[in-house]
Amino acid sequence: MRSTILQTASQYLLPILLLFSFFLLIRGHYSPGGGFVGGLVASIAFVLHSFANGVESTMRIIRYKPMSLIPIGLGLSTASMLLPLFFGKPVMTSLWVPEQLPVFGSVGTTLFFDVGVYLLVVGVVLTILFTISLFSE
Amino acid sequence: MLFTVAIGLVIACLLVPFGKFFRNNKSVLLALVPGVLFSYFVQKIPEIGSGRVLFESTPWVPALGVSLGFRLDGLSLLFALLITGIGVLIFVYASSYLKGDRYLDRFFGFLLLFMSAMLGLVLSNNVILLFIFWELTSISSYFLIGFHNRDEESRRSALTALSITGLGGLLLLAGLIWAGNLAGSYSIGDMLNHAEVIRQSAYYPVILVLFLAGAFTKSAQFPFHFWLPGAMKAPTPVSAYLHSATMVKAGIFILARFTPVLGGTALWQWALMGVGGFTMLYASVLSLAKRDLKGVLAYSTISALGVLTFLLGLGTDYAVVAACVFLLAHALYKAPLFLVTGIIDHETGTRDLTRLSGLGKALWPAALAGGLAALSAAGMPLTFGFIGKDLIYEATLHYESGWAWYLTALAIVTNVGLVAAGFLAGFKPFTGKVQEEFRHLHLPPALLWVPALVLALLGVVFGLFPGWAGAWLTEPAVKSIFQQYVPVQLKIWHGFNTVLILSLATLTAGIIIYLINTPRFRKSEFITVLERIRPGVVFGWLFIRTKQFAAAYTNFFHDGYLRSYIIKIILFAEALLIYELYRGGPFSVDFSKLSPVRFYDVGIVFILVGALYKTLKTSSRLTAVVCMSIIGYAICLLFVTYSAPDLAMTQFTIDTLTVVLFVLVLYRLPPFLKVRNVKIMVRDAAISILFGGLLAVICLRVLLEPTRYNISDFYAKYAYTLGKGRNVVNVILVDFRGFDTMFEIVVLSVAAIGVYSLLKLRLKASEKE
Repeated sequence: MRSTILQTASQYLLPILLLFSFFLLIRGHYSPGGGFVGGLVASIAFVLHSFANGVESTMRIIRYKPMSLIPIGLGLSTASMLLPLFFGKPVMTSLWVPEQLPVFGSVGTTLFFDVGVYLLVVGVVLTILFTISLFSE
Repeated sequence: MLFTVAIGLVIACLLVPFGKFFRNNKSVLLALVPGVLFSYFVQKIPEIGSGRVLFESTPWVPALGVSLGFRLDGLSLLFALLITGIGVLIFVYASSYLKGDRYLDRFFGFLLLFMSAMLGLVLSNNVILLFIFWELTSISSYFLIGFHNRDEESRRSALTALSITGLGGLLLLAGLIWAGNLAGSYSIGDMLNHAEVIRQSAYYPVILVLFLAGAFTKSAQFPFHFWLPGAMKAPTPVSAYLHSATMVKAGIFILARFTPVLGGTALWQWALMGVGGFTMLYASVLSLAKRDLKGVLAYSTISALGVLTFLLGLGTDYAVVAACVFLLAHALYKAPLFLVTGIIDHETGTRDLTRLSGLGKALWPAALAGGLAALSAAGMPLTFGFIGKDLIYEATLHYESGWAWYLTALAIVTNVGLVAAGFLAGFKPFTGKVQEEFRHLHLPPALLWVPALVLALLGVVFGLFPGWAGAWLTEPAVKSIFQQYVPVQLKIWHGFNTVLILSLATLTAGIIIYLINTPRFRKSEFITVLERIRPGVVFGWLFIRTKQFAAAYTNFFHDGYLRSYIIKIILFAEALLIYELYRGGPFSVDFSKLSPVRFYDVGIVFILVGALYKTLKTSSRLTAVVCMSIIGYAICLLFVTYSAPDLAMTQFTIDTLTVVLFVLVLYRLPPFLKVRNVKIMVRDAAISILFGGLLAVICLRVLLEPTRYNISDFYAKYAYTLGKGRNVVNVILVDFRGFDTMFEIVVLSVAAIGVYSLLKLRLKASEKE
C-alpha cells in the first residue's frame, strides 16, 4: 500500500528530520539530546522514507550499505577514546579545543565520541530493520 | 629481551594475512626466526657464563605489580638455547615433513606462537607474566596436537592435554599468587630474597601442593602422565619439539627456578623424590611393552621427566648438576629419535615395531642419526648420555648413607629400561631382515634427515668434550638454581670406580633386555589393560559426566521458547528480590512525604491502564503491538512530567522503532493464539503481578535508604567543570562513564551483525533452492 500523501510528506520530512537529528547531536552536551537519541531520530527518518517509498529506494538514497556505518562509528569512538594516549594522558581523558566555536560551543574528543555513537546507532538500526524488512518481503 | 619474545608473536600474527606466501617451498625461510634468536642467545653465552644476570623490565600493569620483567641467567639461557636451537631444526624438518599440507602456514603460526610463549616462560622475571606464558604454551600446544582436526582421536587428545595442563595451570596460578603475596612482590627476584618468609609460613604446604600440581601436570608426572602418550597424535615435529625437548620440560624448569624459593624442605624432597621416582620406574617399564614407536618414545620421555624431577628432589650438588646435564643430554637424544621416527612414518606409513625392520640400508642417514641417539640414550661411553648417566649414579650414591643404595637401585632399574627403550627406537627399525613391502624405499629429502643428524652428532661432540657443555651451559644453570657456584666439573673419564661399573652393568643389562624383549601384540594388549585402570580413567569419567550435565542443563534452561526464557529470568529476579527484602526486615513508608499526585499523572496512568487492558483482551497481534506502544508513550509522558527529558526522548524513539520492527515481522509470526488454558493464564498472571508488585515495593524501599553518597550531586557538580557540558546525562554518557557507552555500542554492533548474518545466511540458503 503506497500512500501518495505519505510519499510526498516523506520527501520533505527526511531532510528536516535529519537536520533535527543533527541538531540533537550537536546540542547534546548542553541541553537534552546527544548521539544516541540523534542516531535514533535519523534512523526513524530513513525508516519513514522506506515505509513510503520502499526499502530499495531508501537504500538508493543512502547509496552505501548502512552496515558500513557500524565500523566507521565504532572506529571514530575508539579513536577519540585512544587519542589522549598520544598526549600522554590516560585513555578517555577528554581533550578540548581551547577556543569556543560558534554554534558548537566547546569542541572536544567527547563530541567525536558522540558522533561515533550517532553513526553507529544509525548503522545498527538500519541494518537490523532493512535486513528484516527485505527478509519479510 | 622483550624483542626475543615479541618477534615470534608478531610474525605469527603476520602469517594470518601473508601466510599464503609460506605455503609452498618458502616455508623453510621461517626457520630464520628461531635462527636469529639462537644466534642472539649464543652470543650471550660468555657474558652469562661469567656469572652475570641480565635484567630488563617494562611496566605493564603497575597497579597490580605486573611488569614485563625478564631475566637472563644460566638456567634461562640453557632453556632458551634449547628452545631456539632445536626450534631451528624442527622448523626446517617440519617444512619438509608437512610439505603440501593445506594449512602449513597455520601450523607455522602455532609453532611460532608456541616458541615465543616458551621463551617468555623461561625468561620472565614476574610470576604473573610467567603464568601467562605458561598458559600460552598449553593453548598453542592444544592447537598443535589437534592439528589434524578432522581426526576425532586427535581432537580428543588435544582436549585432554589442554584440560590437564590447564587445570594444573590454574592451581599453579593460585600457588604463585599466594607465594607472591607472602613475599610482597610478584617479581621472581624479590621472591628469591624473601624465600625464608615463604618457607616458614604456615601456608607453605598448601602453596607447595598448588605449585607442584602445576609442575607435575605439565611435566606429565604420575598420575597426570596419561595426556602425554595421547598427545603423540600430533604431527611428529610437534612431538619432537613440544613433547620431548621443550614444553614438557617447562614443569622441570619451574621446579628448578623455584628451588631456591620453595626447595630444600623435607616436604619438597619427599614429594619430588616420591613422585619422580615412581614415575621414572613405572614409565620406563611400560615403555618396553609398546608396539608403536612413538608410544615407546612417549613413555621413555615420561620416565626421563621422572628422573629430572627425582634429581631436583634429591637436591644435592651432584643431583642438580646431574639434572642439568641429563636435561641437555635428553633433549639431544630424544629429539633426534622422534625425528627419525617421523622419517620412518613418513616413508613407510607405519610406526608399528612388529612390522619395521631392516630399513637401515634405504634410510641410512636416519639410521645413523637414530643409532647415535640410541647410544647416547643408552649412556654408551664417549656420548653425552654417558656423562648424564654417570652423574645420576654419583648423585644417588652420594645421598645420605641409609638411602643411597635403594635410590641407586631405583635409578639402575629405570636406566636399564631407558637403555632398552632407546635401542628399541633407534636400532630395532633399522636392523634385521627387511620386509617385502619396504624393499623399494627412497632416501628422504635432506631437509628431513639433516636436523636429526645434527642433533645426534651434537650429542657425541658434547660427549667427547664435556668440558665445553659444562662451562657454557650447565654450570651457569646450576649456579642460578643454587644461587652460588658449585664446583662440579664434567669429565669424560672419572677413573675406574663404582659409578663406572654401575654404568657398564646398566648398559649390559639394557642390551640383554633389548635382545630378549621383542615387541609383540600380546604385550601391548597387556599394557592396554593396565592403561584401563590408570588414573586417566577417572578423568575420562569426569569428562563424560560433565558433558552429560551440560546437556541436561542446556535442555532444561534453553528450550528455545522466548516466553519460557522470560519466565525463568523473572522468577530468578523475584527470588533474589524476595530474599533481599526478607533479609532487610520489615519497614514502613511515610506516604505523606511523597510528592502529591497531580491531575495529569492520574490522566496518564488512566491511559496506561486502559492500554494495558486492551493489550490483554485483544485477539489481534497488531492491536496488541499498538497498545504496547501506547503504554511506552505513556511512560515517556511520565518521564517528561518528572523532568527527565533525555530519558523521555530516547524512550520515545525506541518505542517508535519497536513498533516498526514488530510491524515488519508481523506477517512472519504465527497467527495470534488466544491462550485458553486457564492454568497457564493464572501462572503467568501470578508471576507478572508478583514482579510488578515487588518492583513497586523496592522503589518505596529505596526511598528509605539514607543518601550518604549522593552520586547525582557529584555528577551535577563536576559535569560542567570537568566535562564542560551542562547536560549532565550526556556528560555521564560520553565522559564520566564513557567506557560503558563504548561497550554498549560494541554490543549493539554485534547484535546488528548477528541479525544480518542470521537472515542473510537463511536468504542465501533459500536462494539456492
